[in-house]
Amino acid sequence: MSTTTERLLVSIGLAAASLGACAAGPAQPYGFGSTPTEAELAQFVSPLPDGRGLPAGSGSVSQGKEVYEQQCVPCHGANLQGGIGDKLVGGRGTLVNSDPTKGPVKTVESYWPWATTLFDYVKRSMPLTAPGSLTNDQVYAVSAYILAQAKIVPEDATLDAKSLAQVRMPNRDGFIPDPRPEKFPPASSSPHADKRMATASK
Amino acid sequence: MADPKQRTTTDELLAREDQFLAVQRRDPASPYYAEGGIHARRRFMLGSMAALGAAAALPPRISGAAETAPAPEREVPADASKVQGYPLEDASYGSRSQFEKEMRARFKTATPQSSWTMTPLESGMGIITPSGLHFERSHAGTAVIDPSRHSLFVHGLVKSPKKFSMRDLRRFPSVSRIHFIECSGNGLTEWTKPTMKTVQMTHGLTSTSEWTGVPLSTILEECGGTRGGAKWLLFEGGDGAAMTRSIPLAKAMKDCMLAYGQNGEAIRPEQGYPLRLLVPGYEGNMHIKWVRRIEVADMPFMTREETSKYTDIRPDGKAVQFSFEMEAKSVITSPSGEMRLDGPGFHEITGLAWSGRGAIRSVEVSTDGGATWRRAALQGPVLPVCHTRFRIPWRWDGREAILQSRCVDETGYVQPTLGQLVALRGTNGPLGSIYHLNAIQSWLVADDGKVSNVHHY
Repeated sequence: MSTTTERLLVSIGLAAASLGACAAGPAQPYGFGSTPTEAELAQFVSPLPDGRGLPAGSGSVSQGKEVYEQQCVPCHGANLQGGIGDKLVGGRGTLVNSDPTKGPVKTVESYWPWATTLFDYVKRSMPLTAPGSLTNDQVYAVSAYILAQAKIVPEDATLDAKSLAQVRMPNRDGFIPDPRPEKFPPASSSPHADKRMATASK
Repeated sequence: MADPKQRTTTDELLAREDQFLAVQRRDPASPYYAEGGIHARRRFMLGSMAALGAAAALPPRISGAAETAPAPEREVPADASKVQGYPLEDASYGSRSQFEKEMRARFKTATPQSSWTMTPLESGMGIITPSGLHFERSHAGTAVIDPSRHSLFVHGLVKSPKKFSMRDLRRFPSVSRIHFIECSGNGLTEWTKPTMKTVQMTHGLTSTSEWTGVPLSTILEECGGTRGGAKWLLFEGGDGAAMTRSIPLAKAMKDCMLAYGQNGEAIRPEQGYPLRLLVPGYEGNMHIKWVRRIEVADMPFMTREETSKYTDIRPDGKAVQFSFEMEAKSVITSPSGEMRLDGPGFHEITGLAWSGRGAIRSVEVSTDGGATWRRAALQGPVLPVCHTRFRIPWRWDGREAILQSRCVDETGYVQPTLGQLVALRGTNGPLGSIYHLNAIQSWLVADDGKVSNVHHY
């Protein structure tokens, strides 16, 4: 290859590189989209576990009993025992378990680490047939009722943004970070031979 | 005592799978055709031809199949080369052949809205899952959303909160990437014993598409970037569940995408039309569908799906949380459970391997229950966080064999045996720890060619 050709190629390369930089376009912002109004953002509720983001309003255990009976019984049962929907109370003491035939009983009472999650989930997803239809007062009330049935708050409790965030759930410390990637013994020493379990049910 | 709810679900699932297989076993075009193997198949063909003439040697009409097959049933000529075919339409959206009948299969759940369907991996080819067969997992049914009325809000710890229309989002520079999405509950029935029979039901909660959209980093930068202590992003869906998950900011900036395209067209309704989040390599639940809002915060929101669900209790009662990555996994899709080998001789073993931590480096296959392994060929291109097709020739000697595949990803992670997984993590009853099963799958080939799901490690 001649020196001239080499020079030509280099200059083409440089031109291409600078074109590439131009092709990357203008630096952001592109200027797309608009600024949302306060009212538009106010329709969304997503509390953090420390209670920031919980809306105004309040509800008592007795008010919550009414909400529960009107809205929740068909799926979660008169005694919060579950049905189409999850069982909501009970199960404390069942999480430590290595019995292969018996599962842990995971409920709001035994498993959920944060009370804010209960408010959040009921507010956004419940009831099944009309998700997102409950008022903030109704959601505080039914949260209070479920937590009272779970013996986490007293029977005469009234919950609002401040008091809900202060509720300490029994399984608050029950979670650990993901330890993966896991270290396994080398495949060459894995117990690969002479062990077969039964096939699936016939 | 087994959990009665779980037992009922499993029984109903098995009944449903049996029903499906009963139909498939009578269909000579099905990978599950099993009217006694190759000899019966010949008898069937000869018998039909003798009795009814060549034209009648077509597969029999399978009752139950026609009502669910989406392709129009057209009259089949005796010889398609002797007549004109059906005309091309001025405008059309094509469908597959009327003879192709693969279906997603729904897992039996309490309601058909909070449910999932599984991809028929046994008949898949290459690495792309047809959009109509991509597995589904929804918590409040499939939302119906008019894209002209759909907005994405971005607020919280960003410098300038924004509201984007779908038209706005499509104006940003776009990217396309081919990625798998796998539900972390894939295989949940297989922890303690081989339960389901087909690869669709043991592994069908993973699918691969080419996704097109705008990088999430572009959207965050358009909001002026994040501010003061931003660490986590909440994504919220616009479905009846208003599904929410928290995603670490570092992952959001690294490779997340807001996707509006799937396999060359708009994403399917059940995949989140008009907009879904892609979190490459992370568990499927985080890929929020119908996404309408992003809120940036200094801590995770601890939503229901990242506390009471998608967490795994260890025997000591502590639950592993934020187990995001889908680790390296592979499965032989053919031959697989309930197929029947057509006699000794050559059979291609093929399957899929994938890893949420990068590209697949290698796949090995054993036909003797893990005693010896051979390197399979990988179909290129081998892409990161993507189904990778592997193939290996096999000459079956007609004797009992146990087929297994194991993969290694680019981090050097080797797919473990089920024994290794259980030994390390322990179990917590039938429902305590169900997620993130990525163990080696074993298929037993009996001496009559029948393939079945077994545990062997």
